[in-house]
Amino acid sequence: MTILKRGLSRRRVLQTGMAGIIGSGVAPLVFTKGAWAQEFCNNPTGDTVVFGLNLPLTGTYAEEGADEQKAYELAIAHLNGEGDGGLLNVLQPSALKGNGILGKKVTYVSSDSQTKSDVARAGATRMIERDGAIMITGGSSSGEAIAVQGLCQEMGVIFMAGLTHSNDTTGKDKRRYGFRHFFNAYQSGIGLAPVLGDAYGKDRRAYHLTADYTWGWTQEESIKNATEGLGWETVAAVRTPLGATDYSQYLTPILNSGADVLILNHYGLDMVNSLTQAVQFGMRDRQANGKDFQIVTPLISELMAKGAGESVKGIFGTSNWHWNLQDPGSIAFTKSFGAKYGSPPSQAAHTAYVQALLYADAVERAGTFYPPEVIKALEGFEFDGMGNGPTVYRADDHQCIKSVLVVQGNESPTSEFDVLNVFQEIDRDTVAYDPAIFGGELGEAEPVPMCA
Amino acid sequence: MFEVIFLQFLNGLDKGAAYALIALGLTLVFGTLGVVNFAHGALFMLGAFCAVTVRMFLTMETVTVDPEKLSPWGSPLEIREPLVQAWFGDFGAVLVNYSVPLSIIITIPIMLVVGIALERGIIKHFYKRSHAEQILVTFGLAIVAQEVIKSVYGPNPIPQPMPTDLRGAADIGAFLGMQANIITYPIWRLVYFVFAAVVIGGVFAFLQFTTFGMVVRAGMADRETVGLLGINIDRRFTIMFGLAAVVAGMAGVMYTPLLPPNYHLGMDFLVLSFVVVVVGGMGSLPGAVAAGFLLGILQSSASMNQVKAVFPGIDQIIIYLVAVIILLVRPRGLFGRRGVMEA
Repeated sequence: MTILKRGLSRRRVLQTGMAGIIGSGVAPLVFTKGAWAQEFCNNPTGDTVVFGLNLPLTGTYAEEGADEQKAYELAIAHLNGEGDGGLLNVLQPSALKGNGILGKKVTYVSSDSQTKSDVARAGATRMIERDGAIMITGGSSSGEAIAVQGLCQEMGVIFMAGLTHSNDTTGKDKRRYGFRHFFNAYQSGIGLAPVLGDAYGKDRRAYHLTADYTWGWTQEESIKNATEGLGWETVAAVRTPLGATDYSQYLTPILNSGADVLILNHYGLDMVNSLTQAVQFGMRDRQANGKDFQIVTPLISELMAKGAGESVKGIFGTSNWHWNLQDPGSIAFTKSFGAKYGSPPSQAAHTAYVQALLYADAVERAGTFYPPEVIKALEGFEFDGMGNGPTVYRADDHQCIKSVLVVQGNESPTSEFDVLNVFQEIDRDTVAYDPAIFGGELGEAEPVPMCA
Repeated sequence: MFEVIFLQFLNGLDKGAAYALIALGLTLVFGTLGVVNFAHGALFMLGAFCAVTVRMFLTMETVTVDPEKLSPWGSPLEIREPLVQAWFGDFGAVLVNYSVPLSIIITIPIMLVVGIALERGIIKHFYKRSHAEQILVTFGLAIVAQEVIKSVYGPNPIPQPMPTDLRGAADIGAFLGMQANIITYPIWRLVYFVFAAVVIGGVFAFLQFTTFGMVVRAGMADRETVGLLGINIDRRFTIMFGLAAVVAGMAGVMYTPLLPPNYHLGMDFLVLSFVVVVVGGMGSLPGAVAAGFLLGILQSSASMNQVKAVFPGIDQIIIYLVAVIILLVRPRGLFGRRGVMEA
């Protein structure tokens, strides 16, 4: 009692007890609010933040890789407030301020993926572990994208895919940490089939030559399904190694196969070689089954069209974007890119640039680099102004749903860049689909894996 | 079915011509100098880059800015014109159009000098070394050549257009009196086949019908005796090395419209050509040619859908499979001689 009388009253005991409880229980919650910000891979602590650019600068898709690099450098300059601002001026809604990301200046490291999945994965690992990349982006092959996306999920680093068109990237191999702006093979099929039906009729026999890896397989499947839906028959589907150079042994059997359409499920240099050689074999001058023989390239870019030269004239394909679209976003990007590099941007460059901006914008909106918060900011994000019309980053599969272009090789180009014409713009509702059809699981964003 | 087989046969001849041309030089060097020259593929690649260089010079441009026209990104439009066309008009355009076959004229002296310099500068020091050491040093040379080309021209393939008159396909079926449009084949591939046949025939004729060739053949059979007769056989063999380099270089030039060359081109062909030489018989010129065409035709035939339906992926391995079988049955190859590479 004496003791209590000296000041340790019941009230004092209760106060001290409460303070202890608060001190040991609640206060840590208060003080650690935002402490998760310290507990993720490569949390930027200085005044810079590093992007990891994984680019195929050599190999089959090297042209696309080089153009992507230009686009990323331009995007980073714009994010840091340099140049004319490009698409920062037209993205709606936008949280970008042109002062870096969350006030930190953006820098980058890059790695040549050589258009090989294992090299891409090794490069991404190096950029995350050694160079402290907060986000990995780039790639022009679905094989690379899927390999790197899986790695990024394991390491807790966001992957903003570059040019990848396989259904698997946001289908059976989708990952919570991976996001794709580019469209996919299934959407190519939806967009292209009606145009092919109108142009070539419903009674056709198709022969597929297909790059033998994930993208080629899914494109072949998607285009087969779409054209067979029209009433076309598939005569044969032959796989060719990625990076094959001489296609003569694959083209020769087509001549007497009974096919009257050749569908080239190739991309990059493979497409340039196979298309050029098919034309050398006289396929565009042939008649088969009483009809003019036709060649179709379901996915085509201006870089490939330029490489194929005369061979591409009149040929149908699909693209994610084209520089001569006349919306404010496309005009702004073409102007910005052309002024800096002296040539219009390719679809690979466009998707790379947009991905860099979308990541930066999501971080600004989230107010943190903490990946789960950035993922939440990207999932379901509706935006416009980037050249593809109203677009949504679908939460279910991290696939951007937007319009798709059917393009055609220009019969009378006015310049070396004027190689493709936009034949038709397919609106996003037409090319939207149920994400469940491709299966796959995104996985969880948390707990966040630590990269090192 | 006949058309399918005939077309694949043509395709095999075309592939075989490329293999035979490279293998011919490879086996020529082995037969004369006894050197297993793994740098031979690099000589094919250097020839291809002679064509690239000639075209680069022919297509150098003048750039003028037209302030009244704007590019799609709003800058004044740049108008580019090849210098050669500006200087020579239509004749300049013809030069640009035929840049690939014209490159042969430049390639022959360049490759002759490269070949002789390579033999005198490096390879002659390895005549008395083991084949393993020769392979190591020539393989090293090939890698050096690759890296030099990569640093100068970059890592990516550089397309070389064929002359416009030789694009498209020839209707061979109609030529043979069959229905039109059934058997068509690219004109440039036919040109390449004829070119290969002429070069191979020329090399054989040179060795068979000239005094120089007779001495070389005698030296290949018995180098010591020819030397004892007072003939400087080493000098002739050096020239043969130069000739092999010229053959490989010309083959590379003419192949560029079929396959855009990059620094790795030689290595892609070297492996196949080495298999061709081994199958044909080390040091045997007829063996190299016969094996080149044989393997080309087999590879092409294996690509027929009917064959692949039974043996999936056979087109990728057929060459090596046949090589294994031939070497099991005839360890010296098809035309191999006793004692060659058997010491």
